[in-house]
Amino acid sequence: MPPRGLASERNNHWLPHPYPGVGFTDLRPLLKETDKMSNSHLEKPTTAGIHASAPLFEVRDLETVIHTRSGTVHAVNSVSFEINAGETLGVVGESGSGKSVTMMSLIRLLASPPVELRGGQVLLGGEDLLKLDEGALRDLRGKKVGFVFQDPMTSLNPVFTVGFQLMEPLRQHLGMSRRGAHDRAVELLALVGIPDPARRVDEYPHQFSGGMRQRVMIAMALACDPAVLIADEPTTALDVTIQAQIIELMRELQSKLGMAVIWVTHDLNVVREIADRVLVMYAGQVIEHGPVDALFAQPAHPYTRALLATMPRAGGAKQERLRAIEGMPPILTEAPQSCAFRARCGHARARCAQELPRRQPLSNGHDVACHYPLREVAEHV
Amino acid sequence: MLTFTLRRLFLMVPTLLVIALAIFLLLELSPGDPMSQLPLSIPEDVREGLRAALGLGDPWYVRFLRWLYLFAVVEPSHMLAAATGLDNLAIEGPRLISFQTRSPVADLIMQRLPQTLWVVGLSYLVGTLLALPIGIYSAYRQYGWFDQFGVLISMAGFSLPSFFTGPVLILVFSIWLGWFPTVYDTMLTVSDWSSFWLQVRQMILPVAVLSLLNLAQISRFVRASVLDNLGQDYVRTARAKGMTERVVLLVHVLRNSMIPVVTVIALGFPTVFTGAIITEQLFRVNGIGQLLITSIYASDVPTVMTLSVIFAALVVFFNLVADVLYGLLDPRIRYD
Repeated sequence: MPPRGLASERNNHWLPHPYPGVGFTDLRPLLKETDKMSNSHLEKPTTAGIHASAPLFEVRDLETVIHTRSGTVHAVNSVSFEINAGETLGVVGESGSGKSVTMMSLIRLLASPPVELRGGQVLLGGEDLLKLDEGALRDLRGKKVGFVFQDPMTSLNPVFTVGFQLMEPLRQHLGMSRRGAHDRAVELLALVGIPDPARRVDEYPHQFSGGMRQRVMIAMALACDPAVLIADEPTTALDVTIQAQIIELMRELQSKLGMAVIWVTHDLNVVREIADRVLVMYAGQVIEHGPVDALFAQPAHPYTRALLATMPRAGGAKQERLRAIEGMPPILTEAPQSCAFRARCGHARARCAQELPRRQPLSNGHDVACHYPLREVAEHV
Repeated sequence: MLTFTLRRLFLMVPTLLVIALAIFLLLELSPGDPMSQLPLSIPEDVREGLRAALGLGDPWYVRFLRWLYLFAVVEPSHMLAAATGLDNLAIEGPRLISFQTRSPVADLIMQRLPQTLWVVGLSYLVGTLLALPIGIYSAYRQYGWFDQFGVLISMAGFSLPSFFTGPVLILVFSIWLGWFPTVYDTMLTVSDWSSFWLQVRQMILPVAVLSLLNLAQISRFVRASVLDNLGQDYVRTARAKGMTERVVLLVHVLRNSMIPVVTVIALGFPTVFTGAIITEQLFRVNGIGQLLITSIYASDVPTVMTLSVIFAALVVFFNLVADVLYGLLDPRIRYD
């Protein structure tokens, strides 16, 4: 058996073992009970021992390349970040900046070939996920790391009931009985705010609306009480009011269950609302990272600043046009040797074309990969 | 679903009536004379008498309605009588008689059906059962050596007609190697192990020829369907949940892939009844296909008509079966 980290310790307590999974009538009081339990329990692992020395989840120098017919694409270049229990890390960047590839590389969800994880470490509770064999990794997917995908309309299997799909990880990872898993599935649906869960559990995905399906996806990702939840643009495919509901739900669940959340999005307003820290990606690299307030108040990378300037704001005088960053992010056919943003950057100088900027600390927890970081406070705030 | 099925079964009646009429009129328009195969020495007035005896002098609608009555009422009553052993169930009077053999068409069919079902039915079964795993595995290892080899085999199965593969197999396995007989012996009755073994040996070649055709077609279809589903988002979700590849492929992907495949398999099923005309000729299997072709040559209208309408009924029925299976496999489809 592989060494168990803190996530599995929490698992045992959050799952309803004190309540054998049969004969539930009213689920609500029970849910509150389990929530309290997990909350009170949560304090221990986060404050004691492990946290102080090493973060819960740490990614170091991740390199992912994709082999295509027209050459090798360097999709993820030396990406590093860390996250602790109860924390939310927002990952932003425009389309093609390598956000999704990075996230899927973490639990090796991408088909290999064509994708090759060339280097780096992904440490969860001290264990390197990139070194695990296929079986051990499978035991970890859905159990310690939950994944919510972008499009809830296509991410659920259309021919199986929602209950069946929710029960799968419960039975596989936790060895629950059919009956127990079914009852747990009903609880999970209640947990993510689906009305009448006892009836809905036996319905098919097409009988749910988009927002409700995303709730099901979240319930599925949280089924085994993972230590880390990766949400890859979970609200992008939803309309704005549903988006707000899902964000609210995630926040609520995080405070109840205390998992670490990595929230990938290109919606800066969402990041500002939910994230503790923000990671800005460009051309498969982390170009800026910092606490959400510091980063929004004083974006140091010209790209971050330009990105923030594109945010449309409600109210006030009508702006002349929505702002955009001209051009496209480059597709790197070799490992970056210079600043990938320089072609679109108004501040670029000779050095930007000669030397790859490395991440350098600016202030407390705020770092940037730019030779000439901007120091002044941003005008847009 | 039940209401839907019953409604569709009921709708089969007018559909088949129209089909039967169309077939009848087509046969009516086609040239040919039931007397053409009689010796030339028979004088014209005798031929006229024979025609009148067969009822060929009546107007077409009388003949059609007579055929319909015999086909839909008299023959079923005889079959029912034979099945239950109650002889008084059978309706007295003339039966649906083949021009060519002067025996009831139903008897002809019952004589020919076992061979066809054994040879063609078995090859359909073998082809389908082999096609499923081959198609699934080819798709899962797309462009792997197994898949490449599978493409080759199914291209061959598609493009080589049975009148080519049949003689090649006969040449190799019957003439050079001497493993199997060249001709299917219909008179063989299976009574003990040695005659059973003979039956198996004489079935292998025709079944192989026909299986290859079915295999090629269905495995390509399975492969395409599985490939289509392997790229779907729900597959990624299943993997992200930590499901094993076996579960991903054989539960999540397979159930979805089967939806179009089952339709194709069900729609292909009626061809088992008509038999494989060419293959039956090649191996001298006197099945339904052979009966149909000899009846067409002899302008044996009652036999051709009956076989065609039974085939049409099977096609219509298996369409319904395909629709019902479709509804059972895909929860998004509800007919009521």
